[in-house]
Amino acid sequence: MKDQSSHSAAPRTLTGAEIIWACLERLGVEHIFGYPGGAILPTYDALTRSRVHHVLVRHEQGATHMADGYARASGRVGVALATSGPGATNMVTGIATAMMDSSPIVCITGQVGSAVLGSDAFQETDITGITLPITKHNYLVTRAEEIAVSLREAFHIAASDRPGPVLVDITKDAQLGSCEFDWEAAAPRAHRQVPDFFPTAAKLAEAAAMIDEAQRPVILAGHGIILSGAEEEVRRLAETADIPIALTLLGLGAFPASHALNLGMMGMHGEAWVNQAIQESDLLIALGMRFDDRVTGKLNTYAQKAKKIHVEIDRAEINKNVHVDMPLIGDLRDILRRLLPSVKAARHSAWWSQIHSSQQDSAVRDIQNLPDSGHLYAAHVINDLWRETKGEAIVVTDVGQHQMWEAQYYHHEKPRTLITSGGLGTMGFALPAAIGAKFARPDAEVWVVAGDGGFQMTMAELATIVQEKLNVKIAIINNGYLGMVRQWQEFFYEGRYAGTPLLSPDYVKLAEAYGIPGLMVTERSQVGPALHTSRFHAGAALIDFRVEQEDSVYPMVPAGADLQAMIRRPSPLVERPTDE
Amino acid sequence: MSEREKPHTFVVYVENKPGVLNRIASLFRRRGYNIESLTVGHTEHANISRMTIVSSIGEGAAQRVEANIYKLVNVLSVKDVTHATTISRSLALIKVEALEESRHRLMEIVRVFRARVVDLAPRSLIIEITGAEDKIHALVDVLRPFGILEMVRTGQVVMRRGALERAEGSSPKAVQQDARHTGQKELPAVSGANALVEAEHPGSV
Repeated sequence: MKDQSSHSAAPRTLTGAEIIWACLERLGVEHIFGYPGGAILPTYDALTRSRVHHVLVRHEQGATHMADGYARASGRVGVALATSGPGATNMVTGIATAMMDSSPIVCITGQVGSAVLGSDAFQETDITGITLPITKHNYLVTRAEEIAVSLREAFHIAASDRPGPVLVDITKDAQLGSCEFDWEAAAPRAHRQVPDFFPTAAKLAEAAAMIDEAQRPVILAGHGIILSGAEEEVRRLAETADIPIALTLLGLGAFPASHALNLGMMGMHGEAWVNQAIQESDLLIALGMRFDDRVTGKLNTYAQKAKKIHVEIDRAEINKNVHVDMPLIGDLRDILRRLLPSVKAARHSAWWSQIHSSQQDSAVRDIQNLPDSGHLYAAHVINDLWRETKGEAIVVTDVGQHQMWEAQYYHHEKPRTLITSGGLGTMGFALPAAIGAKFARPDAEVWVVAGDGGFQMTMAELATIVQEKLNVKIAIINNGYLGMVRQWQEFFYEGRYAGTPLLSPDYVKLAEAYGIPGLMVTERSQVGPALHTSRFHAGAALIDFRVEQEDSVYPMVPAGADLQAMIRRPSPLVERPTDE
Repeated sequence: MSEREKPHTFVVYVENKPGVLNRIASLFRRRGYNIESLTVGHTEHANISRMTIVSSIGEGAAQRVEANIYKLVNVLSVKDVTHATTISRSLALIKVEALEESRHRLMEIVRVFRARVVDLAPRSLIIEITGAEDKIHALVDVLRPFGILEMVRTGQVVMRRGALERAEGSSPKAVQQDARHTGQKELPAVSGANALVEAEHPGSV
């Protein structure tokens, strides 16, 4: 909230619709992503008297991903707005995406008048019922008097503890009704006292002793570090006790990629040495991560030799997938700050030489080190993008092969520079989420990296980019297949490519139809110049990278297999033609 | 995780608002746990309801269920009382075929079980019994040969033995810690809410 002058402290009578905007302004909302419709019309009418900037999306799913991208890029609550019925149901995918990745968003939906609720009225849907399991909480508001308190609570719930989406469904009569607007009286109240699970000094000392005793420790760094703002504390812990750090997909950026202690991404498409280090570790220190099946592989062979410390704000995550020896429940930064003074300095040279030796074999298989076959590989594109942007861009990815290549070849130094749908794996996420990210960080260079499949799911939002005059750059990794599914079909379904060959429009012409300059790149030598041209264009730009059609993401741990059972990239430079 | 499953009993205080029962039930459904019995009713506080939920799950799952229930905003407190000393009661109404020749023996059974006959019809009678689950099971087994025409049972209601269960845990320290670590710094506590929070959580880690 920047401007106090327009808010007089004294309560005044406003319509419910006006109260919505008054609350959003006071909550510091500058942008809202939405789509109008019948049941939300009173609120749109009152928008004309509000300072909040409304971004007209092309589909309500886009509005939720924009709010999500805004939240992830800024750490603030993102807000989406839609009408009842189909407007609300179109939000479901975006809400579930935000839920799985703990992203703080508030979705406001119009609802039919309270008098006809439950009568299957035109555009009525039970959106609070539908979103019950995919929101942190939701509200059905039927009176103007309840709007302020519900919105204030919704923002508080979305952003506190483990963040997540909150939906506020407001009936049309609640928007039209009038009442006294009293901001102070609507302050959220602690309606319950949550028991204290914060680790005692004795527990923290015990954890510090475990760290001190470990010979082969590994830190598993997750999204919680970024959500908690604990990057500095994590770095101090790792440096003090000389602990290698492996990151989850959503943890990328929580610890600088260039740091000597950084191993890289773990899990299904993590490098072999990273997973090997985890498997051979004697102590895993899991920080704000949830042992997702994509990072553990087969659970009963996962890190058998390791004791586990799990620092986590959500008590329901403890012992969910992996049994841990030392759960520490609470805000990560608070816990690390209390833990750090008792962590002793250590050096683990034997452990490091063990890790480094397993790194050698992987390096020769790296596509960057293979002889140039004249083909354009996605890895080249991503690596060049990293080099060209000096690793400083915010990269927003879609879901699939390009997402994994991005994670492998774009080296993130800072938190909130990789925005990607990890938990739900939502195709179509990238373009709208990048729009939200650009609104959150207008001075940052924002790149969409999307496959030809996911891009076509939400490419209608190109119009939103143009209408809002946004400078968002788009790289389409175009291989003519739904690549990740094709890869699974190649590896596990004997190459039967059912439903994966994919036709695309001419993306250059498509971009031009929207007034966005487009380039097509088919050779490796064109990548750098095309990136350069696009970067220095004043507005949005699109590049269609026609990459090798049947390349696969290596290494790969097949779903449900042991973490060390990796499929490696076949390499003419490596003597053994097959792997264990 | 496959664990040995046994009935776990949760006592849950919730705000008396529309949809709260749905949220609780949905949580069990979504996580794949079957609810064996669920009762809801008013408490001595207006606007606060008390649920007793019985679900057969493993020990680890019970801890996560408890933690997950706590994540529901309308939940004021949760306690897994499985390992506590409790009084547990449910009620059954059993309509039994009661012909002239068997009526006397039925009356004898009712007396032994300290049940009550609450309706008498020419060919049947209704027996009301209150008690722990095993007592009701036993009565049902004994009545079955007579011909049970209809039966209805409430779920279990459970209360911990001893005094002042609800007054525990409202130490100033706990209040401070909560404010510091849940990001609810700016929120003043509502009086009365503290009384529902219990310091000792058998189901917690």
